[in-house]
Amino acid sequence: MANPTAERLSRDEYFYGHKACAGCGGSLAVRAALKVLGQNAVSVLPAGCMSAVGFNFPQLCFSNNSIISTFAGTASMLTGIETGLRAKGYSDFTAVGFAGDGGTADIGIQALSGAIDRNDNIIYICYDNEAYMNTGIQKSGLTPFGARTTTTPAGANIHGNLRPKKNMFEIAAAHDIPYAATASVGYLPDFIKKVEKASRIKGTKYIHVIAPCPTGWGIAPDETVEIAKEVVDCGLWYLAEYENGEFTLNHKPKDFTSVEAYLKKQGRFKHLDLDDIKTVIESRDKKWAFIEKNFTYQ
Amino acid sequence: MKPFLREKKTFSAAEIPEATAFEAGYLVTVNSGWRSIRPVIDTGRCIGCEQCYLYCPDGVIAIQNGKAVIDYDFCKGCGICAKICKIGAIGTEAEHK
Repeated sequence: MANPTAERLSRDEYFYGHKACAGCGGSLAVRAALKVLGQNAVSVLPAGCMSAVGFNFPQLCFSNNSIISTFAGTASMLTGIETGLRAKGYSDFTAVGFAGDGGTADIGIQALSGAIDRNDNIIYICYDNEAYMNTGIQKSGLTPFGARTTTTPAGANIHGNLRPKKNMFEIAAAHDIPYAATASVGYLPDFIKKVEKASRIKGTKYIHVIAPCPTGWGIAPDETVEIAKEVVDCGLWYLAEYENGEFTLNHKPKDFTSVEAYLKKQGRFKHLDLDDIKTVIESRDKKWAFIEKNFTYQ
Repeated sequence: MKPFLREKKTFSAAEIPEATAFEAGYLVTVNSGWRSIRPVIDTGRCIGCEQCYLYCPDGVIAIQNGKAVIDYDFCKGCGICAKICKIGAIGTEAEHK
């Protein structure tokens, strides 16, 4: 029985034998993206989970050309690689970066902004596991409201992270980038389509993919894909694209599933009380009112 | 093609690359010791729909002759394949070592 998505991908594995935790959403995103881009992808990985699990000399788990960049320099190294290879006469390659949420929204945002400003021909993929997981779960700019991390602990007075998630997708879009998209590893065919589309567009492309971390989220390793689906179904994440100055919504849940059920499945949200959950639902409804107003959906 | 297991050897100081470049896809250790559960394919039921192949974070499932086959050297036993399989062709059993 043919699987239309699997048929379009390379049968080769480009990220294999790595030391990511069992059920790692980030490694699934990297693996799927490289299967789209193929052998001629040159990948850049800043300090973060995927470089920590992929390059443990002599265990080197990428079978395409890959390099570790400085934490802040994913996008600038992509710029250099793209320019350097082009100067040497290569044309059949893709410079692709895989940075985590901290490496994108906090530490790497300046380099990313610069690359989009120059409109360098690169793909930047942010695998968002919503905290600095590699160093032991510290809050990043993309940690959602209420999440417990080691730097935003949950106590009697303060219930985890006080601040909402930064809106990285719209920040990238605000540069008037040629292509930006959001995705989730729970909707893998959608993510794969977006990577394919990005590979055909010239200029800077930014894809923001939600990639749950069983260790940091407090879920079982086999729940990664389900929870990545559920975050979309309950409306706390959305699948969208930005192209030619227009926002498009790709998937509209008919009725949102329960936000409370989504939150309570995860160890990082266990402490939330009814007021906190109300706050989360209100911010979701506000976001969706914005989406209804500004995004087209067909 | 995919990264494959090489013979494990110790590297002398002279063999360790001075620059940061080394051969891609060079594996020396397996991940099988991580497993506490072991996914098992029921080949009678498997219809080769490739959902498990698509969603495996480690890429250890391949389709051979229309059936899913697991590379147990690198499977970490996360169990995503067993959950994603709609027809229930992947079961799990406790790993005994």
